[in-house]
Amino acid sequence: MSPSIWPRWPIGSWFVSAERPTTLLAELTHRCPLHCPYCSNPIDLLRADAELTTDEWKRTFTQARSLGVLQLGLSGGEPLLRKDLEELAAHARGVGLYSTLVTSGLGLTRVRAERLKEAGLEHIQISIQDSDPAVAEQIAGVRSVKHKQAAAALVTELGFAFTVNVVLHRANLDRIEEIIDLAANLGADRVELANTQYYGWGLRNRSALQPTREQVDRSRDVAQRAIQRYRGRMQITYVLPDYYEATPKACYGGWGKLYLVIAPNGAVLPCHGATQITSLTFDSVRDHSLEWIWQESEAFRMFRGDSWMKEPCRSCPRKAVDFGGCRCQAFALTGDAANPDPVCTLTPLRQVIDRALEEPAQPALAYQYRRLADEPQPA
Amino acid sequence: MTVPPDSRLLTPDSGILTPDSRPRLWRLARLDYDPVRQRPVLLYPEGAVLLNDTGAAILELCTGERSVSQIVSILNQRYQADVTADVTEYLAQMADRELVRVG
Repeated sequence: MSPSIWPRWPIGSWFVSAERPTTLLAELTHRCPLHCPYCSNPIDLLRADAELTTDEWKRTFTQARSLGVLQLGLSGGEPLLRKDLEELAAHARGVGLYSTLVTSGLGLTRVRAERLKEAGLEHIQISIQDSDPAVAEQIAGVRSVKHKQAAAALVTELGFAFTVNVVLHRANLDRIEEIIDLAANLGADRVELANTQYYGWGLRNRSALQPTREQVDRSRDVAQRAIQRYRGRMQITYVLPDYYEATPKACYGGWGKLYLVIAPNGAVLPCHGATQITSLTFDSVRDHSLEWIWQESEAFRMFRGDSWMKEPCRSCPRKAVDFGGCRCQAFALTGDAANPDPVCTLTPLRQVIDRALEEPAQPALAYQYRRLADEPQPA
Repeated sequence: MTVPPDSRLLTPDSGILTPDSRPRLWRLARLDYDPVRQRPVLLYPEGAVLLNDTGAAILELCTGERSVSQIVSILNQRYQADVTADVTEYLAQMADRELVRVG
């Protein structure tokens, strides 16, 4: 039936090429007006004087495109705190990258939004902490709701592709439906709902953030219904918490396969959580080309493929599906990044997760907020 | 930010594609060419799909004006072969991903 000119190409393959990365998350700064207790930035936040210069970022974006990167996330911290954001966005567009601004919305004035549009920025993601404004500001540790509403209005008015992203946890998970409706009312094209992952700040606050199994089960049903209800109008993705799963999450298509993150100081990481793997050293774009780091650096080679795996991963058929799970989680919870992800029920290490699920819960909202070491906790 | 496809992601049921459907690219998706991989590519928020030339040929015709049967007949003529099943299946998969919209 099928003529040979129609090669069967699996369109589900986001994994467009095994040899080349597709996505770069550029953490332009760790500075941020928000103090969210689950922030994916490391505990040891970098200061402004450690950040790459405008030219260093531009050179890096050019190298990323040559390496095969198609998608660029301009992230932070709060990337709008970089005065050169528009210049960086224009450069990214110039070299052919599809760029997303990942922002709290704070600092997105009309002037800056218009300049970003002119620069060729295509997509803006704004974080929402909760549909309940008082709780949202308690989570963010700062007055922020009105700023976010104003930013969302600008984003839709200027015709950017618009995603709302929400980190879910015990204090807001029961309002998942209201949160989805809020995203729709703000004019979002997409909403990304993801349960908290426990690294760095999130791990520090785990007992205050962790939802109950009942909350998770209910949220799954609510999300499933909302996905159908909003189909064609707003795309909804929902990432369930891995602690309640029996098998680990796949790490961005496998370590060093598709994804890279660059920290504000130029350190290149296989994922944003990787700095906590203190047994690895991460090379910087200040010292090496991005291509060399991707192909040759120790950090990227360490967990590529499956030769590093221990049992039960090594002989497990699921290793092609989940790649042994998350290296950062293995390191954070077991002290060895080459261990299986302890979420997996096939490893005795699973008891680490089960014990965490049995930990007595701290009151929700009793957080250690994200901050620089000498910065006071928000009131 | 980027969440790769995973069993944990809930996805909507597939849409319905008929010969009369007039598919169009998702408003937020655009066709581009990747000089590094030397392949056409579909770019959209948080995603990229690498296309082969035939995939790109189908998607270029998805303007919202042509019906599936018109697209099929254009491509049948261009490739001098009956590609009905392939084109329909391709569009159904793209619609399932909501990268192509129908209706």
